[in-house]
This record gives sequence, structure tokens and C-alpha cells, in this order.
Amino acid sequence: MGRLDHVSADAGISGSVTPLRVVSPTRQIDEREFVVEIADATRTFGPVKAIDGLDVSIEKGRISVLLGPNGAGKTTAIRMITGALSPDTGTARVFGLDPAGDDGHEVRRRCGVVSAKPSLYDRLSGWDNLRYAAELYELGRGAGADNRIREAAAMFGIEGSLDHQVGGYSTGMKTRLALARSVLHDPDLLLLDEPTSGLDPESAFAVLELIRKLTRDGQTVLMCTHLLLEAEGLADEIVIMQKGTTLLAGTPGELASQYWPTPQVKVTSPSAEGFDLLATLDGVHAVSIDGETATADLDTLDRIPDLVASLVAGGVPVQAIVPFSPTLEDLYFAVRRDRGDDHGSDDIRPPEALSGRPARALPEAA
Amino acid sequence: MNWSRALTVARTDLKQLAQARDFWLPMVILGTLFFVVFPGILLVTITQIGQVDAIANVSQTLEVLPANAQEQIRGDTPQGRTGYALAVFLFAPVAVVIPLTISTAVGAATIVGEREKGTGEFLAHSPAGVQEIYIGKLIASLLPGYVTTAVGFGVYSLIVNLTVGPEVGGWFFPTAQWWVMILWVLPPFLAICLSLVLRLSARVTSTAAAQQASGLISLPLIMIAYSQSTGALLGSGAIAIWLGGVAWVVAVFSLSRGVRSLTRSRLLGVASGV
Repeated sequence: MGRLDHVSADAGISGSVTPLRVVSPTRQIDEREFVVEIADATRTFGPVKAIDGLDVSIEKGRISVLLGPNGAGKTTAIRMITGALSPDTGTARVFGLDPAGDDGHEVRRRCGVVSAKPSLYDRLSGWDNLRYAAELYELGRGAGADNRIREAAAMFGIEGSLDHQVGGYSTGMKTRLALARSVLHDPDLLLLDEPTSGLDPESAFAVLELIRKLTRDGQTVLMCTHLLLEAEGLADEIVIMQKGTTLLAGTPGELASQYWPTPQVKVTSPSAEGFDLLATLDGVHAVSIDGETATADLDTLDRIPDLVASLVAGGVPVQAIVPFSPTLEDLYFAVRRDRGDDHGSDDIRPPEALSGRPARALPEAA
Repeated sequence: MNWSRALTVARTDLKQLAQARDFWLPMVILGTLFFVVFPGILLVTITQIGQVDAIANVSQTLEVLPANAQEQIRGDTPQGRTGYALAVFLFAPVAVVIPLTISTAVGAATIVGEREKGTGEFLAHSPAGVQEIYIGKLIASLLPGYVTTAVGFGVYSLIVNLTVGPEVGGWFFPTAQWWVMILWVLPPFLAICLSLVLRLSARVTSTAAAQQASGLISLPLIMIAYSQSTGALLGSGAIAIWLGGVAWVVAVFSLSRGVRSLTRSRLLGVASGV
């Protein structure tokens, strides 16, 4: 993943941020082991530039999330990783091999893919779909392969439906079958393109739990999504993509600290004079005001009790004081705003719109 | 090239065809009509209606056949000679038209169908090589037509021997030329046709377009195969052997070119790949 200690950012409290620079991890001296390294890759389809100077590195044993609106190039990036598509320029290395060249077979054998559409054979039974994958992925046709098929199906709770024709499956069952197929051969790298698309919240949660479990078992997961809530609860590392290129990459904590380098607190009060007082208090570096809410940049959140006391003593009618913990949604839109493209983001869905669950704050950088 | 994986692709495609009643039912009807119903009615009629002018007239027309063919005709009666000639020479082209028609229909949909259903994405990400996928698709397209022909040919042989055999001194079918045609001449023509159809299927954007275009491609080829197979039966055995040999050379060349038409980007259906 692109490291944020190579990203320059002077974050102001009002959110004005110096443009970030993602440095290709392939050019870094780094002891981390990267399973995927895409450097300066481009790929065009006719007049459309789907990938435009993409730099992405995926660390072994981690869950990395490609986040971006439709058309950002997430699916094309996955296709490059398996060698299904080759970059026009730049390089893609997976397990240190060239997926689009002679090493393609070895790379694809070690990858499990769930594409945006389940890519299943509707006329075949669930069992036959898994059997087909087992044979293509060199598991053979014996009892060992049969057991593996049953295990993979059981992992996603579809073992009772394997005899049925897939055409009769619900969308959720199809997704589960596609997931079972992707882990059948115990891949080292799991590539998931919108894996919870079409799933009910319960199934989606189960899938995300399973993805967590896979990385605990040492597997590397790369997931594409435009659902912020999914990425927030899951991602060890995040790559924000737009128009075929990487806007920003790093752990959620690292990314948050780039945009919000100091702790912040939001103070709600109908008194504008109160905000003037706030700006003069010890430990407050700066204040930005938006209506009846002021965001204060502090040296430490330990100042909050003193802050409350001082404001009350100054006669300021304080309605609320809340430490600000940025969510992925905050981060995402801050990045988009920073790049002068805060419009056209309709296809990125904020967490609340999904399930009514509150957004989770990003963890602090280590 | 991993043959096991190619056969896996073929087997899976065939399994899907077997599940598609709307596909195999017309195929069975077509084979039944051309190998059983039409020849059966014609041969039974000729051998059973007795000595009439019509039979005599048809018998006389056999004189227009090449001398080599006329020498093969057995039987002492007009019914017997006419039945023999029709059984051996008239229905030969059917054995070519049926497999080409069926295999073209299967082959046209096979690659573009993967793309349309989204399953091409699965194949593109799989360890299967494009060559293995291509060969698997070729086998899966070839077998339905060829098996239909083989089964139809067996039933046709039975009908011919039961209806015409008694008139010409016993069972006589298949003749040596028929064996050569079925085992040596027909397969390369099927391969040539399928190599073109699969190439087309890899390039077009929809199954409907593939069906339309493959019809245009296969029709002239069917006519060539029709005429060549008739010539193989009417001429000497050597002609059939040579004809088959040339067709095999063309088929191998055409297939080796055809493999290149399939790429992973075409399985995905991405703009520049199709």
C-alpha cells in the first residue's frame, strides 16, 4: 500500500490541505512484504483511459480496500492483478511474478476472485459450478476435491443447496456460491469486487466476518467497494481511487492523521461571542466556525474539561462539546474536496444511508 | 497445453447443453427427420410399390452417374438398383449438412455466450490457458454435431439394410466410401467450419450477431462440403482420401489461426478486446 509517511500534507483545521503525493511503494525501501505491486500502470479502452498512472501495493496478510466511485478503475485494477488484462504501460507484479506474461498461470492459480457479477453457470447445479472450478484450479476430481467443495460450501452456508440449479438461486445465494468458489483452492490472494453486492445486511455481515477470518489465517484480501461502511469496519489499508489513479493510500489511521493532524472538538453554541472566547483559550490552536458549530483544533483532547469550564465561566451557552473522530466518509469527501472534485460522488454511499448504523471513527495512526 | 483442463471445459459446456432442452430437442428432431423419416419413407416406398413406370424412369436416370459409381450399384431389379443408388449417393450430403448445422449453432454461442452471461470473467481469471479454453470449446461444439451424425448414421444404416438389403442380396451399408467420408472427410470440414465460427464468436458482441454471421460463413462451407462429399462418394476411393487429406491440412491451419482469436480481454468483453 502506498505509505502515508511519504505523503506531504499540511492540514489546516478548516480542512484546507496541501495536495497529497502518493509515492510508489516499489520505489521505497520497505521491509514489508507486498503481494501486489502495480507501478505507474496505464490501460486504455479505445478513447477511455480506465487506468492512468496507477500505483498500488498490497501488503501480505492484510485486508486492503480499493475505494472509489464507479469508473474509478477498481475492477480494471483487479483484472490487471490476475493478468486477465495487461497494462499498456507500467508494471504489475503479483507474488513477484508477471501476471500478464509467462507467469500468469501461476499467479491465477494462487488467486481467488469474486467479480462484481457472480459469474456462475445458471444451467448447472451449485455442485457442478464448484466442481468446474475445482478442476480448473487443479484440485482434481477425487474424494479430496469433493471434501473441499463441501467445506467451502459449508463455510458460506449453502451446502444444502448444492444439488439445485444455480438459475433458481436467490441473489444472495449466488454471491455465497461465488465466494465459496473463490476460496475453494485456498488462494493466497483473494480479490473481491463488491462482494456484498445484493446481499441482505445479515449475509453481508457474515461475508465481512469471513473476510476477516481469512486474513487471520494468513491470506491477503483485496476488496473493491463503494460502500464506505464496509471499508470502514474492515480495511487494514485503504486506497482511494479516482479516474484510474490513486488519490491516497494508507492505513485508516494514517490517512486520518494526514487530514486531521491534531485533535479536534466540535462546540455547539448559539453565541458567536462564545467562539471568540474559545479561540483565546489555552491549548486551542485555531477555530473554524460553521453556523452554530465551531471546530477547535487542540493540542490534546485532555483540554476538554478545562475548555468546558472556561466557556461556562465566561457565560457562553454551550449546547454540546463533542470530540471529533473522523470517519471514512469524512476522509473520503475531504480527499475528494481536496482534489477539487467533491461533485459527482453520488455513487459513494455514506454509512448511514446503508443500514442506519452510525459511522465508525477511524482508528488513530500507530 | 493441459488436455485435462481442455476436456474439463468441454465437459462442462456439454453438461450445460444437456440441461438445455430447448437446444437438444430441435437437434434430435433434425437428425430424426433427415436420417430416419425422409430416407425411411423414400426407400420403403421405392422398394415396396413394385414395378411401376416411375421407378423405371428413376432407374434409367442412374445412367447419368459416373461409370465408377454405376459399377458400385448392386441389384437386379429397378427397385433394388434405385434403392441402392438413393441410399448410397442421395443422402450422402445429409451426413454433412446435419453436423455442420448443429455444430455451427453451438459454436456460434459458445464464447460470446460466456461473455454475455458474465461467466467469461470467471474463465479469464482462472488458471485455464486461452488455448485450453479454445480447444475445450471446439470439442464441445464439435461433439454434438458429430455424435448426432454418428447415431443418425447408425440408424440410417439399419433402415437402408432392412429396406434395400433384401433387394440387393443382403446387407451392404455402409459402403467403403461412406466409412471414408464419415471418418476422414467429414471431421476436417467440421473443424474448418468451427474454427471460423469460434473466431467469430470471440469477436462479436452478442449471441444473436454470432448466429447471424456464422450462418453467412457456414452456408458456403456447407455447400462446398456437400459437393465434395458427393464427389467423394461418386468418385473413386482415392479421390476421397486425397480430398480428406487436403481438408485436414486446411483444418489444422485454420484451427491454429483460430486459437489466436481468443484472448482474456475478449472473454471479459472489454471494449478494445472485442
